[in-house]
Amino acid sequence: MLTINVNGTDRAVDIDPETPLLWVLRDAIGLTGTKFGCGMALCGACTVHLDGRPVRACVTPVSAVGTAKITTIEGLSADRSHPVQRAWIELDVPQCGYCQSGQILSATALLAGNPRPTDADIDAAMSGVICRCGTYQRIRAAIHRAAELAAETRS
Amino acid sequence: MNARPGWSALSRRDFLKSSAVGVGGLVLAIDLAGCSKPGATDGETRIIESNAWLRIGTDNSIHFLCDRSEMGQGVYTGLVTLLAEELEVDPQRIQVAFAPAGAAYVNALLGGQITGGSTSLRDGWEKLRMAGAQAREMLKTAAAREWKTTASSCRVENGEIISSFGKRYTYGEMAEAAAALPVPTDLRLKDPDAFRWIGKPSARLDTPAKVDGSAIYGIDVRLPGMLYASLAMPPMLGGMARSVDDAAARAMPGVQAVVPTSSGIAVVADSWWQALQARSALKVEWDGSASTALNDGAILRGLKKAAAGNGIIARQEGDADAALATAAKVVRAEYQLPMLAHATLEPQVCTADVRADGCDIYLPTQAQGAAQAAAAHAAGLEPAQVNVHTTFLGGGFGRRLEVDFVPAAVEASKAVGKPVKLLWTREDDTTHDFYRPPAYDTVAGGLDRDGKLVAWKFHIVGPSITARVFPGAVPPGSVDPFAVEAAANYPYDVPNVLVDWVPHEVGLGVGYWRSVSHALNCFVAESFMDELALAAGQEPAAFRRALLAKQPRYLGALEVALRRSGYGKDQPGRFRGIAVMEGYGTYMAQVAEISLEDGKVKVHRIVCAVDCGRAVNPTIVVAQVEGAILFGLSATLWGEINVQGGRVQQSNFHDCRVVRMNEVPVIETHLIESDEPPGGIGEPATALVAPAICNAIHAATGRRLRSLPLARHNLA
Repeated sequence: MLTINVNGTDRAVDIDPETPLLWVLRDAIGLTGTKFGCGMALCGACTVHLDGRPVRACVTPVSAVGTAKITTIEGLSADRSHPVQRAWIELDVPQCGYCQSGQILSATALLAGNPRPTDADIDAAMSGVICRCGTYQRIRAAIHRAAELAAETRS
Repeated sequence: MNARPGWSALSRRDFLKSSAVGVGGLVLAIDLAGCSKPGATDGETRIIESNAWLRIGTDNSIHFLCDRSEMGQGVYTGLVTLLAEELEVDPQRIQVAFAPAGAAYVNALLGGQITGGSTSLRDGWEKLRMAGAQAREMLKTAAAREWKTTASSCRVENGEIISSFGKRYTYGEMAEAAAALPVPTDLRLKDPDAFRWIGKPSARLDTPAKVDGSAIYGIDVRLPGMLYASLAMPPMLGGMARSVDDAAARAMPGVQAVVPTSSGIAVVADSWWQALQARSALKVEWDGSASTALNDGAILRGLKKAAAGNGIIARQEGDADAALATAAKVVRAEYQLPMLAHATLEPQVCTADVRADGCDIYLPTQAQGAAQAAAAHAAGLEPAQVNVHTTFLGGGFGRRLEVDFVPAAVEASKAVGKPVKLLWTREDDTTHDFYRPPAYDTVAGGLDRDGKLVAWKFHIVGPSITARVFPGAVPPGSVDPFAVEAAANYPYDVPNVLVDWVPHEVGLGVGYWRSVSHALNCFVAESFMDELALAAGQEPAAFRRALLAKQPRYLGALEVALRRSGYGKDQPGRFRGIAVMEGYGTYMAQVAEISLEDGKVKVHRIVCAVDCGRAVNPTIVVAQVEGAILFGLSATLWGEINVQGGRVQQSNFHDCRVVRMNEVPVIETHLIESDEPPGGIGEPATALVAPAICNAIHAATGRRLRSLPLARHNLA
């Protein structure tokens, strides 16, 4: 039995410790907002935070999580009020939406460490997450917008 | 709890059942909690069926059954808007669920319940507005009877019927009485000048669920007692399992069953990860003899050989051969294009729950009827015994018109007697696609002494997708219309035109890939237009402009794209290329702006002018154009599927590259205002990208690229 902290709650899971975190979240705990796209850390659809850092859950064995706090899309806010979610809604970013949990968690990690990212910063932080629908222009605009919203919230 | 949009309400009966169940137990239930009025008595809300698409709650909640699949293209919002416009209800207050399979939901433009061909808004344009108008009039009539007055003296506003004396009923209060009335047939639809929502940008209705993880895709389906499956499919095309040793797999943790299915060996386990691990412990001896000789070289040789024959005529005006024989100058060229994978980000997936008396399937599909038929066949049931629950689609692009991933899930569920979710890996998906067909095309053009185009000939060779997907739909000797797009409708003013098509099967299943043959034929036709312009000694934009004088919509798009891109005012080191096309009733022109750095093409900017008739939701139109352009850009830069020894060589996103954030050019979309009916918008912009870029490469280097992807060409 392993215990991991997901979105602020300790969860005991009876599972092979080599199981990737992605499948523990999705199948064992039932948090399906984190998606499977490639299984090789190539597409970023499975991005979650470990202590605020973006990681690819599809290649992270659950045994490697330890006491780190896991944040998934379901834990970002209770009511879509995180500045990144607000910006995403304001600019209607998603199309099919399948990659958007990974996009949003990558963007929140970027903004947490860099409140005013440049386009080059965005390229560097976001190029690991594929959007097959091609919502990149709106993602870029929404990250800039989220930076403004976060600044308004702080001030 | 968040609403879980995307769940289908199968019928009024099921809808009522799900509303009674509420959201507590089953994730399948539509969340109707949000529609109850504060203080309303629990369990008293009833949902009334107004017509195939509209349900009205007695609590005045309004529900729309979306009969087209939402794969990012925006039908979840756009189709609602059509009905809402006539119903006089703000689309933002309408709750959407996906419709079941049903005769009422047949797409008149495609002859089946199909989301594809950029048809959804075109098919729904009259039909859904009329459905909204009929429901509105029936509600008015029902209220008028209560008030003992005439319907024409009543008006509607925001989901209420209002009498000339100011008395009011909500739609919910009148829904039941209205549903019993005859459907009026002589209604006039609103004058477009009176549109309140059509043509205005409005927020997508699916956005909230797509930013908090609550939207349910195929992969997210969870049923009580559900097991998970991974499917070992033949690693080579047309392969068969000769023998299977599953002893080691069966001994793995969590494994419940190993089920031979019609499409591979399904390992069923308590979790998908366990199923995948056990699958790799299967010892399967595959018989690949059917496709050992299949490889890229053989496919190309076959296409070239077929090109020597005459094709079936798709368009003929004048005598192109005679005109070529007497032309002052003749240009001939051959073009070829590779196969491509769809690469939906959500791999193929289907959840099946087979019982003795029926079956439920839960899946992201573009073809509910075909999925129902495939499941019924696999389960040994009648189609009417199969309930199809459509989820959100994690991308479609034509891949989910196929139902090849359905039977194995159904067969596995039937074998274990429990619901089974069968999910492919990315590698399964890349190696078992129905690929965009390859093409080998020959073009010829003749110019007179003044450089005027007098003959144009386009000889297309490739397999027929339609003949495979819809057996009997392409009788021998007739043209597959989805093979000659952007060729048969060649718009330029030429007196002698011949377009013909040689059907040639290439030994593997090919499929509809976003924009279908537009992406093949537009590359050839528009690249060759630049070749002809060069031969005529004319500048490419001017050459096209002169030949489009009688084509105002093409010409309009071209002029906007030229003006907005600053065409003709090149910066040093930057080069531009043009492409023009009509597809799905939408007219487009693109200007690509590139530079070359160390022999590599860098695409800086793509300007796209769009005349798609009336844009129902301009925001979504722009998003579709941007997305379609990036879809075309990935294919232009890197896209190819190679086959060696019957095996597809690509497997995952490292060798099946798609554009990423750092590779995205600036895309500018300019909508041309129009009162014409809506054209399709999900696909056409994909097709213009490759020719626009290759024309820019020619401007930069003088080299004409007649094959793709660019990664295969050394431009240093």
